[in-house]
Amino acid sequence: MLHVDKDLCIGCGICEEQCSFGAIKVLDGTAVVGDACTLCGACVEACDVGALALTGTEKSRKMELGDWSGVWVYCEFRRGALASVSLELLGIGRRLADLRGVGLCAVLIGHETGDTAAGLIGHGADTVYRVDAPALAHFTDEAYGAVLTSLIREYRPEIVLAGATAMGRSFIPGVATELDTGLTADCTKLEIRAGDGALLQTRPAFGGNIMATIECPATRPQMATVRPRVMKALECDPQRTGKIIDVTPAPEQLQSRIQVLESVVAEGGNVNIQESDILVAGGRGLDNEKGFGLIRRLAGSLNGDVAASRAAVDAGWIPYPHQVGQTGKTVGPKLYIACGISGAIQHVAGMQSADTIVAINRDKNAPIFDVADFGIVGDLYEIIPKLITKIEELRGV
Amino acid sequence: MNIIVCVKQVPDAKDVRLDPKTNTLAREGVASIMNPYDQHAVEEAVRLKESLGGAVTVVTMGPPQAEAVLRQAISCGADSGVLVSDRAFAGADTWATSYTLAKAITTLGAFDLVLCGKQAIDGDTAQVGPGLGVRLGIPFVTCVQKVRCADTKGLVVERMMDDGYDVVKVDYPALLTVVKDVNEPRVPSLKGTMKAKKAVIRTMNAVEINADPALIGLPGSPTQVVKVFPPEPRGERCLLTGTIDEQVEQLVGKLRPYLL
Ligand SMILES: Cc1cc2nc3c(=O)[nH]c(=O)nc-3n(C[C@H](O)[C@H](O)[C@H](O)COP(=O)(O)OP(=O)(O)OC[C@H]3O[C@@H](n4cnc5c(N)ncnc54)[C@H](O)[C@@H]3O)c2cc1C
Ligand SMILES: Nc1ncnc2c1ncn2[C@@H]1O[C@H](COP(=O)(O)O)[C@@H](O)[C@H]1O
Repeated sequence: MLHVDKDLCIGCGICEEQCSFGAIKVLDGTAVVGDACTLCGACVEACDVGALALTGTEKSRKMELGDWSGVWVYCEFRRGALASVSLELLGIGRRLADLRGVGLCAVLIGHETGDTAAGLIGHGADTVYRVDAPALAHFTDEAYGAVLTSLIREYRPEIVLAGATAMGRSFIPGVATELDTGLTADCTKLEIRAGDGALLQTRPAFGGNIMATIECPATRPQMATVRPRVMKALECDPQRTGKIIDVTPAPEQLQSRIQVLESVVAEGGNVNIQESDILVAGGRGLDNEKGFGLIRRLAGSLNGDVAASRAAVDAGWIPYPHQVGQTGKTVGPKLYIACGISGAIQHVAGMQSADTIVAINRDKNAPIFDVADFGIVGDLYEIIPKLITKIEELRGV
Repeated sequence: MNIIVCVKQVPDAKDVRLDPKTNTLAREGVASIMNPYDQHAVEEAVRLKESLGGAVTVVTMGPPQAEAVLRQAISCGADSGVLVSDRAFAGADTWATSYTLAKAITTLGAFDLVLCGKQAIDGDTAQVGPGLGVRLGIPFVTCVQKVRCADTKGLVVERMMDDGYDVVKVDYPALLTVVKDVNEPRVPSLKGTMKAKKAVIRTMNAVEINADPALIGLPGSPTQVVKVFPPEPRGERCLLTGTIDEQVEQLVGKLRPYLL
């Protein structure tokens, strides 16, 4: 509970200003807490007269934290390939492990994983637990969840990271629930707190309008799914050595009440835009389906891929797997060129972590220019053909 | 068919804005709505009921005013609503939320299918659905974009993946989370609206769902928010200047690193 000491409160309103959730109001000279309160404690810190206190914040369940050690990364393997987020996670995982002075383990689950495990060691893992079985050829939440849960129970890592991908965001919440521990979704920043070594997990909420830092104080492991393309992978060092441990899962772990009948690569969506380095995105400003021809040509000249705003997808100009944003994919390419996209918050939420953002829009007040590193105000049908010509000149095509 | 739908009341995201002066979320006058994904979950439940028979019960955990989303669901064809509400639930994270919802659903009796939205647009976590599936001990399928066929034994659905979709078969009892492609929610009929107005909403508190006090609300939540802050601004906006040709020239100059 957020408790207001009415005798101490002077009704100054600082708490009201500090509250990101509009949950505290000064009425008749004292602060009153409403239902929107998330107990984040920002007001408690801000209150100069000490009139506010969070009570009952003590966690009721506690584990012996010292029993848990090591950093783990779940490495996603699908359709015969490692998801690139896995290497990014090994990059941040290595850093966290070094800060904590512990080992970094990768967990590889799938079938016919070939020499993938060796690559994981090259990218920073000290140990790879490899669970390679025919029954794991197709992803099912139950089998993947059971295998990972049982490994975590046995080896007790203090931190477990996974990609915030369709797979990760599906089965990892089940694993955290089984293990009775906390899970923070879709993190964009991970740090170790000096002193107690706790994992501080930062993530956007409200479609990117606000950031929250979250910890898991009393239970282990500390679990997070991490947004693809935010962390940096390490260069592969083929000299690095490590252990590969083959794990044979118990037969009951491989059972699933869900049967995968078919696994379909989306038409026109065989490019996973989350993996792209360069994206050219089109929005409603293209005005018609043919506009994507131009977008494709620009993308082609840059060796990039095509993305879209929801308005363009809703209009049926391009299939959903290309949609970027809150209800589409979160992308983090090196270069994102937004053409005829206004930059609604729900779109920006999915692309703001791109290294360089270019916007082409004829409305100079379009919000997309607020996040763009470079903007050109003008008609995309005039600008893009010129851009393509210049790029091709430069490339000597 | 007994179908349960979990719905959440959220602030209307398109109205939520960061106040540039105070750097806080300006929620003044922001309407509360049913989480958009949950509207699709309700629609799918009603369609299944219409083809297979049975009843649709909507459940929400939230403050008393969250009752509004239950009535909205009833106006769209759900049969009854249950409000799970108690001060002791405040501050629940996804772990404690899925615990509380599981307790409430178990209290309601037997069910065949539980439907959730893919995620709630306030927290964007997408964790409650899978957590609830595990707690209820039933298989779950997330991000369902299409129900291909359903009978009284089970379903065949398409679940969205990053590179396409998987077609999966699952028998009841099961839990699905749905994305917006799954259907187009109907607008409430006049009759539905009347029914919703008159509906008696059942409320249940922590004791009535037989919840362990140690597992609910903030004390029962393994995670803890330590800080909330506005995102870092992305630096200054930089509009190129000159004629279009000059601007294109400048831009290509800036893009050089990507062209090699
Ligand atoms: C809950 C929720 C979730 C959402 N999720 C997403 C999401 O995931 N992704 C997403 O993208 N949106 C999402 N939206 C929708 C979002 O709010 C916007 O409606 C959408 O992004 C707008 O797309 P747009 O920028 O292409 O179209 P518009 O907003 O219509 O913008 C078109 C732009 O093109 C410019 N233009 C027009 N003609 C030209 C020309 N010839 N040359 C140059 N510029 C031109 C115009 O100036 C305008 O700025 C969501 C909305 C809600 C409520
Ligand atoms: N308080 C709640 N009451 C009922 N259902 C909820 C609640 N919170 C989450 N859900 C359900 O879980 C889904 C995912 O929510 P979340 O994990 O919070 O993103 C939502 O779309 C709802 O179906």
